[in-house]
Amino acid sequence: MTAPLLEVTGLSVAFGDTTVVQDLTFTVEPGQCVALVGESGSGKSVTARSLLGLAGRGSHISASRMQLSGRDLTTASERDWRRIRGPEIGLVLQDALVSLDPLRPLGREIGDSLRLHSTLSATAVRARVIEVLRQVGMPDPERALTLRSGELSGGLRQRALIAAALALDPPLVIADEPTTALDVTIQARILDLLTEVKSRGTGILLISHDLAVVSAIADRVVVMKDGRIVEAGPTRALLESPREEYTRRLIAAVPTDKPRGTPLVPGSTGVLPARSSRWTDAVGPVLEARSLVKTYSRAGDRFRAVNDVSFEVARGETLGLVGESGSGKTTVARLALALTRADEGDVLLDGAPFSTMRERDRRPLRSRIGAIYQDSLSSFDPRYSVRRILTDALDTAPVGDRSTVAELLDAVGLPTGVAESRPLFLSGGQRQRVSIARALAARPELIVCDEPVSALDVTVQAQVLDLLNRLQAERGLSYLFISHDLGVVRHMSDRVAVMKDGRIVETGTATDVFTDPQHPYTARLVSDAPRLTLPS
Amino acid sequence: MSELDLRTAAASAAPVRRRRASVGEMLAGLFVLFLLVATVAPGAISWIDPNAISAREAFQPPSLAHWFGTDESGRDIYSRVVAGTSTSLLIGVSATAIGLVLGLGLGVLAGFGGRALDFTVNRVIEVLFAFPGLLLALLVIVIAGPGPVTATIAVGLSTAPGYGRIVRGQLVSIRSSGYVESARVLGHSPARVLTRHILPNALAPLLVLATLGIGQAVVWAAALSYLGLGAQPPAAEWGAMLSAGRTYIGTAWWLTVFPGLMIVLTTIATTVLGRSLTRRTGGTR
Repeated sequence: MTAPLLEVTGLSVAFGDTTVVQDLTFTVEPGQCVALVGESGSGKSVTARSLLGLAGRGSHISASRMQLSGRDLTTASERDWRRIRGPEIGLVLQDALVSLDPLRPLGREIGDSLRLHSTLSATAVRARVIEVLRQVGMPDPERALTLRSGELSGGLRQRALIAAALALDPPLVIADEPTTALDVTIQARILDLLTEVKSRGTGILLISHDLAVVSAIADRVVVMKDGRIVEAGPTRALLESPREEYTRRLIAAVPTDKPRGTPLVPGSTGVLPARSSRWTDAVGPVLEARSLVKTYSRAGDRFRAVNDVSFEVARGETLGLVGESGSGKTTVARLALALTRADEGDVLLDGAPFSTMRERDRRPLRSRIGAIYQDSLSSFDPRYSVRRILTDALDTAPVGDRSTVAELLDAVGLPTGVAESRPLFLSGGQRQRVSIARALAARPELIVCDEPVSALDVTVQAQVLDLLNRLQAERGLSYLFISHDLGVVRHMSDRVAVMKDGRIVETGTATDVFTDPQHPYTARLVSDAPRLTLPS
Repeated sequence: MSELDLRTAAASAAPVRRRRASVGEMLAGLFVLFLLVATVAPGAISWIDPNAISAREAFQPPSLAHWFGTDESGRDIYSRVVAGTSTSLLIGVSATAIGLVLGLGLGVLAGFGGRALDFTVNRVIEVLFAFPGLLLALLVIVIAGPGPVTATIAVGLSTAPGYGRIVRGQLVSIRSSGYVESARVLGHSPARVLTRHILPNALAPLLVLATLGIGQAVVWAAALSYLGLGAQPPAAEWGAMLSAGRTYIGTAWWLTVFPGLMIVLTTIATTVLGRSLTRRTGGTR
């Protein structure tokens, strides 16, 4: 057996008195993909940065062994690191939009490392850049040389970043959440690309919070929590028979292919928001959208963001609206909330006109439709404490039927202590709970959830989804649940509408749409959704 | 993060961050306190009549009897500097207030008045910006005639476009913010959204800027008085005192240095306090 490509033994990283990574041991073989999996704050990104000598000011790194291709990294000086980063270790970062210089064309951006680390001539650099761009599947690589990052889509930007990391053909590539901000179909292509890179003998250290993503490509998984290894092993063994409780929780949190109503947090009681007759006996849908059309003018063109969209949400039901970025989901949400005026079509609330009313007449009805957003922090007045946010919302509830702040916090599983905090100081999961509590305050019948869990870690996402399901069962709420994540939508929805380019291409019960998709686009979405798959 | 961790994290999340004042901030605070006392009760810190003439005591250098020396008529400079505080500060504060009110009007007009009005107000602000502020103030005085009141109005007018632009920017960005939209979704009335969310969030940074603006206004007011366009001699006003002492600058430096020092220190103190306010309130988001 050959020596491992990367060997790390007893790695610890500390900032001042705080140890963020402790006693980490793992190896990466050539052609192998090892995944570091954990939630935000588990120390996985710091680990990746320590391997590049980029842990940052004030960090203290110690390791009994840290070797790359037999070369000791513990004693590397800043000069040595500069020779390692690029030729020896390539780095692919998460946010492709900020990781590429917006003012420089791709050709220069990717060619940088070649000019720095090789003696290739200008023409040879150009040829090599085109070659790697072709390798990563960039359409028309010659033209791409002259494009700037702003002219590329998210998926192509991520490809360009991977190309930059591969340009010097390093034996090891570190990919830090390489697909987190991407749509499912693009995510699937990027994972295919990384698999291909791996098959050429490059070792990959993949960092992700999502077990479903890594299961598609990783050979070994290292589960981290609070800077320590919880469990490590071959992907198949780890997924099939996890030894640790925490690993089981991570696996359980993946919503894909989990039937509706199954709790994603093990140990919590399963509440099936079965649409009990109590709620469904009411006649007619809560919300009905009829032939909605919304056009925006973009660069002189009229652009149909929403094109003839109709749907119904029944009482106590969840309608999942799924589609990729740019498909018009959020515009539909804004139309349903009557925040933008539809060019054609209308929205009915309980069979009565809602979208066509004058704002003044609609205002008293607004408390019946609530909303929660992806970026909950920006939906809170920065000067307000949680208590003020909730009391402010409680004013819209019917007089005589108002909850207290404590009841609201209790309903969403937050301790009363957070009432005096400002949302800025809360975690992402807590903020989303506050925003759910605020939506509940007005006693709505329907809540429009626009990507409510997209910014959250998988385990926190699981808690929030379970919470939404519990509240629905308890209060007979209806949800219009919007997400790009098929796994989440399938887990949450009774019925599903698939959106593409402003149109609904397919509607049906969640089971039908996902097991027997009729439209080719739906079929592609379903097959690309990340699920816990065992590598063959 | 588990539920238990969530709870402990929440308990430790402090609702408000506090930072201790630096030495500079404390000195600035002390100086502003001195200015306030000099304005409200000048008699408490100076005992000589600022306008008492005594030919025998003319041009005395700083001494124990006259801390800052005396001028050509034998008047005590320290008393005059203290007495002048109220005039200078009054001009500075009221000019800033005028600028704020006008700026607020311009900003609200542009921010809420619809597209055409927004365009018009913005062009007006741009034209006003094209002139140096002091030039604009001079123009007002040429039209209205010199004097402390016109100087105040002139300085106020020339600071208004700056405030107006800031108000407009704040209003436009806050109006389309997530929290204003959330309030609309909840069904709150426009008046309530305006008073509870938009105005408080737009005005907080403005008040901080105004603190910085007072120092600037004091300098401008002093400059106008120096040119003989603001407070008129024999009134004890820093700019006017500078101007009067100019003739004797070669022989009696204390006539100009002390009023000048007051202007400089006032500006520095308000600036230091304004910046510290900016840092403290800016960090809340």
